[in-house]
Amino acid sequence: MTIHEFLSLPAETTRRAGPHDRIVMSSRVRLARNLRGLAFPGWAKKPERIKALEIIRPAVESLPQLNGAFSETMDNLGPLDKQILVERHLISCEHMAKSAGSGLVLNREESLCVMINEEDHLRMQALRPGLQLRQAWLAIDQVDSELERKLDYAFNSELGYLTACPTNLGTGIRVSAMLHLPGLVLAEQINQIIASVNKLGLAVRGLYGEGTEALGNVFQVSNQMTLGEIETDIVERLNKVLLQIIEHEENARGMLLEKKPKFVFNQTGRAYGILANAHSITSKETMNLLSMMRLGVDLGEFPGADRALIDELFIITQPGHLQKKFTEKLPAEERDLIRADMLRERLRQVGRPTPKPPPNSGAALDKRN
Amino acid sequence: MICKQNPAKVHLTQIVGDKMQKVDLCDDCAKKKGVNDSAGFSLADLLLGLGASNEIAQSSAGEEIRCPNCGFTQADFKKAGRLGCSQCYLAFAEGLEGLLKTMHKGTKHVGKVPTALRQSRDLNERLKHLQKKLEKAVTAEDFEQAASLRDEIKTAKDQIDHLAPKASS
Repeated sequence: MTIHEFLSLPAETTRRAGPHDRIVMSSRVRLARNLRGLAFPGWAKKPERIKALEIIRPAVESLPQLNGAFSETMDNLGPLDKQILVERHLISCEHMAKSAGSGLVLNREESLCVMINEEDHLRMQALRPGLQLRQAWLAIDQVDSELERKLDYAFNSELGYLTACPTNLGTGIRVSAMLHLPGLVLAEQINQIIASVNKLGLAVRGLYGEGTEALGNVFQVSNQMTLGEIETDIVERLNKVLLQIIEHEENARGMLLEKKPKFVFNQTGRAYGILANAHSITSKETMNLLSMMRLGVDLGEFPGADRALIDELFIITQPGHLQKKFTEKLPAEERDLIRADMLRERLRQVGRPTPKPPPNSGAALDKRN
Repeated sequence: MICKQNPAKVHLTQIVGDKMQKVDLCDDCAKKKGVNDSAGFSLADLLLGLGASNEIAQSSAGEEIRCPNCGFTQADFKKAGRLGCSQCYLAFAEGLEGLLKTMHKGTKHVGKVPTALRQSRDLNERLKHLQKKLEKAVTAEDFEQAASLRDEIKTAKDQIDHLAPKASS
């Protein structure tokens, strides 16, 4: 089975609901683990990487949680397959560049994904829709506890789990959530929020993690420190901060609607106008405009659309997904035409926005969802 | 300050744990490092990329340390920002300590421990405790208690032997 046949359709995955999914698009907890005695993947020679893969892959495949999983080595995946996996946030950009000696095991529900020989021998992650950090931690903790019976982990009682990069040392945990924050961006409060989140020792990154742009007003918030704190404290701390960011985002939306409704409706209306009528559009412009339309949907401006449709468009208009139907790689200009065709077609069912008068208070807005 | 060419215009302060870290950057470096970028940026990443590897290199005044297990050197760490294998943490322990302090909440792991290891640690502690009690009992010439302690010690030792071999380290 190819990865295309295995992956659920974006129309299905975007319908998976979770708490606070109006703002929190997904939650993720990943653990970094390594095998004792073997060089880390970045330093290991190819035979050693293959040896690690051959030890780890069957151990991962044998877990009950990964029954019926998709399991493949990276050299057996084409560039387009890898791109699609990145666009689904199932593998990292770093893992995309790997070939022989690296692998991927993904469960049926696409909620557990194990990267073998990425930066560390093992990068296992649990994913959940909406704000579900605790559930994601419990799921991945269980996978890890079962794997430790089969694998000889590099662990030191002083330093904890030993990782290729000292930034992951100790717990090897990275707890993160992907947030859609158009309100804070439009209200020009986002930099303030980022600065205060940074002060708490947490990182704010763009759509595809480290070193990427916040396209479509999507931000990833995650812990930085992994040593000297227990996992559940890290999870709880991030959870608390995320709840505060959600509140700030809702307040920013409420404030904008109350004080500058025309400004907001101008953004959402123009976004719809371009997306529904363009004949050529880049992926970057699409994401930024879809973000505005998503905000419009949240504000009840588009009775004919729901958030899942926008989220689906967000995925299928990205370069990898867009080219899936075509056998060969298309030049960017041609992709822009196809993307625009697809958007016009899909948005035909969505009527023009009908802005509602601003609600009496922000509270009514918070209650929705 | 980082390129050591242009005057610093961006001054950044970040509080990590209870420590304050400061970086001064010129416009170009700030842009390169994405300090003004709305996608966010973290001082730890910046420090890791620039300062951290230097710290390791300086710690051993000239002579090059090499990991006995994988042959990784400080120069390699400086280049890659990552270590060669799990043994590198022992080989470069001295230089890494300061780095870990700036990077993390603490320098000692307090989180999850593999079960087999935790069991063996608990048993070893119990064994030590029993042996101390035995010494006392012998000194006090309480032979009855000493005999029962000896039995308990034997059971604990058997349990340790029964644990998976990997738990011994």
